[in-house]
Amino acid sequence: MTCRICGLKLPDGGAFLGRVAETARLMVGVPDYDAYVAHRRVTHPDEPVMTQAEFFRDRQDRRYGGGPNGAFRCC
Amino acid sequence: MSAEIIRARSPWSWLVWVAIAAVGAVALAVVALQRGETVNALWIVTAAVAVYLIAFRFYAQFVERRVLGVEPARVTPAYRHNDGLDYVPTNKYVLFGHHFAAIAGAGPLVGPVLAAQMGYLPGTLWLLAGVVFAGAVQDFVILFASTRRDGRSLGDMIKTELGPVAGVVASFGILMIMIILLAVLALIVVKALAGSPWGTFTVFATIPIAFLMGIYGRFLRPGRIGEMSLIGIVLLVASIVWGRDVAHSATLAPMFTFKGETLALLLIGYGFVASVLPVWLLLAPRDYLSTFLKIGTIAGLALGIVFVRPELHMPAVTKFVDGTGPVFSGDLFPFLFITIACGAISGFHALISSGTTPKMVENENQLRLIGYGAMLMESFVGIMAMVAASVLDPGVYFAMNTAPAILGTTAQTAAAAIANFGFVVTPDTLTQMAQQVGEATILSRAGGAPTLAVGMAQILSAVIGGQAMMAFWYHFAILFEALFILTTVDAGTRVARFMIQDLVGTAVPAFKQTKSWGANLIATAVAVAAWGWFLYQGVVDPLGGINTLWPLFGIANQMLAAIALAFATVMLFKMKRQAFSWVTLLPLGWLTICTLLAGWQKLFDARPAVGFLAQADRFARAAAEGKLLAPAKSMEQMGRVILNNRLDAGLTALFMAVVVLMLVFGVKAAFAALKSDGVTTREVGDDVPNLRPEAA
Repeated sequence: MTCRICGLKLPDGGAFLGRVAETARLMVGVPDYDAYVAHRRVTHPDEPVMTQAEFFRDRQDRRYGGGPNGAFRCC
Repeated sequence: MSAEIIRARSPWSWLVWVAIAAVGAVALAVVALQRGETVNALWIVTAAVAVYLIAFRFYAQFVERRVLGVEPARVTPAYRHNDGLDYVPTNKYVLFGHHFAAIAGAGPLVGPVLAAQMGYLPGTLWLLAGVVFAGAVQDFVILFASTRRDGRSLGDMIKTELGPVAGVVASFGILMIMIILLAVLALIVVKALAGSPWGTFTVFATIPIAFLMGIYGRFLRPGRIGEMSLIGIVLLVASIVWGRDVAHSATLAPMFTFKGETLALLLIGYGFVASVLPVWLLLAPRDYLSTFLKIGTIAGLALGIVFVRPELHMPAVTKFVDGTGPVFSGDLFPFLFITIACGAISGFHALISSGTTPKMVENENQLRLIGYGAMLMESFVGIMAMVAASVLDPGVYFAMNTAPAILGTTAQTAAAAIANFGFVVTPDTLTQMAQQVGEATILSRAGGAPTLAVGMAQILSAVIGGQAMMAFWYHFAILFEALFILTTVDAGTRVARFMIQDLVGTAVPAFKQTKSWGANLIATAVAVAAWGWFLYQGVVDPLGGINTLWPLFGIANQMLAAIALAFATVMLFKMKRQAFSWVTLLPLGWLTICTLLAGWQKLFDARPAVGFLAQADRFARAAAEGKLLAPAKSMEQMGRVILNNRLDAGLTALFMAVVVLMLVFGVKAAFAALKSDGVTTREVGDDVPNLRPEAA
């Protein structure tokens, strides 16, 4: 879909909302689950893949669990 | 035609940029030259947006192509180490959102509100010039450096490029800043909640709400962030609405009415407990709430300003540029720059830019949008805070931000004191304003948050709800700030605990065991005690606390920025790009002058309001004569004020020493790089596998 006035390519509505949701999730440290699954299928086809719930817990612990790269934000 | 607009050098494109420049110049002229009449906030917003667009299109592109030499063909760490978890190639707009959410916090909202005491003009100009030439450059360059080094942290990069001693000095400096930051943020919450049952109730309510969300997201519907956040936000709004009844109830109100000292102790206890609880129970769900609420409120405020187009009642420049203002002490130069802090340049962003973001960048040619662009947005948040503070009647603004020692405690004495400042406000206006926002009083509510909340309430209630909703919007704004400050206190205490364990661990290896409960509890207690000490001293401070602690935080934050820029300059020298090193040297020089001069004045200025040692001496002299000075009520309290001021002086000296040391390390490394014939920078990081961050 392209914008009629400026000619720029616009994402279609559904994809756009998907991006918004993806942004909101990444804002709190949870990356795209589908991308993770796709990546595991290609690179480690024989290894187990975390379920969505496991994936969420893993990311939550990673973000808040420790290390100087935690969820600390400032200003 | 459309394609030409996108391509840079077409005549159409130049026409567009000339038009943007012209609009920006007119808007800036209106903002700067209007005298005696009020200026519409839209002029400031227009000027800011034009400045950002031009800076992003021209200066940032110059930094991208000529200074850094970004290579779109280079494979980024997101691809080289792709694990679907930490290292993930991510769409640039999605990553922009992530990065902006990570850098935006309480800082850019508070600094400009305090700086408004000198009028809106000086602060606005620094927010614009500072972000273009200092803040956004720093964020961009550090993000670039980390992306070229597998997403390694600032401390790590300093270690490899400047040497291990410099690395330890930098880590120590970062820890000290964390402590001061946590103290000053907690103090802002205390100042906003003291004597306010409505506010206190809603903030307390966030704890059970977070528990509920945490359990929902952990066990009932794992990973449903959207659902749990929605539940949380609905409950939060309900708690704000119910808070009014609590404040009016004869039995409930006293249960949620606390003095500053009690609130400080409660917060200290809370900080300890919250940072040892499992993360999914309290920290994570509240982080979701505060993140989404923050983004939503920033967007809402922007829409509100454009929709309402409020007039600014604060003069462009007030007489307090001479350094006699009640909100923060010290002359315009250097203290305005120290006070604004995060909206123009924030050293903390160097930590974020070398954190999670560089591990997700798809292509080096997106670094400009993410690093430079997100910081422009942060500056815009600062501009909006400045607008919100300036739409207030100046009399109300000063009544809210002046210590009780000057104002007294009634609307009558306050109005008289404000008249002495040269601003007119009737006692009625002050009591009426307090009633409108649902508080017993608005006097001496320093710390930026309440002022911002009244300003936001004025703007937002003009869009939704009118005057009847003003109290709701005020408490919404207070809650929104308290929420993310408490999240920061909680997360920051955990980070400080790790840093303490790391630093002590170099001497006592057993202490590094992050799985050991003993080491964890001791390090947490040390971290909480450190910021708790400064928080409590802020609450009992004779100048009202914020006046003392905020400059200390500003100095620390700018010091961290100076460290980051010193590293960036050395990196340019090592890349053999020293011809362009003025791009980082310019802000580095300015920051060094500001930090060291402000530090010097905080130490040795003869005015007790400015100099820590002068203040300590004043109290010591009075104590020697057996006299009590307000607000101390006993000789013991006099002693505490003296000790606190000497401690603050020591801390200031320490910050200055860190800056000077890092500059010495930087100059040495830069000269070494000059002597070498080739490029000496250590990029990529695959060459030094032992230094790679622990990827999951």
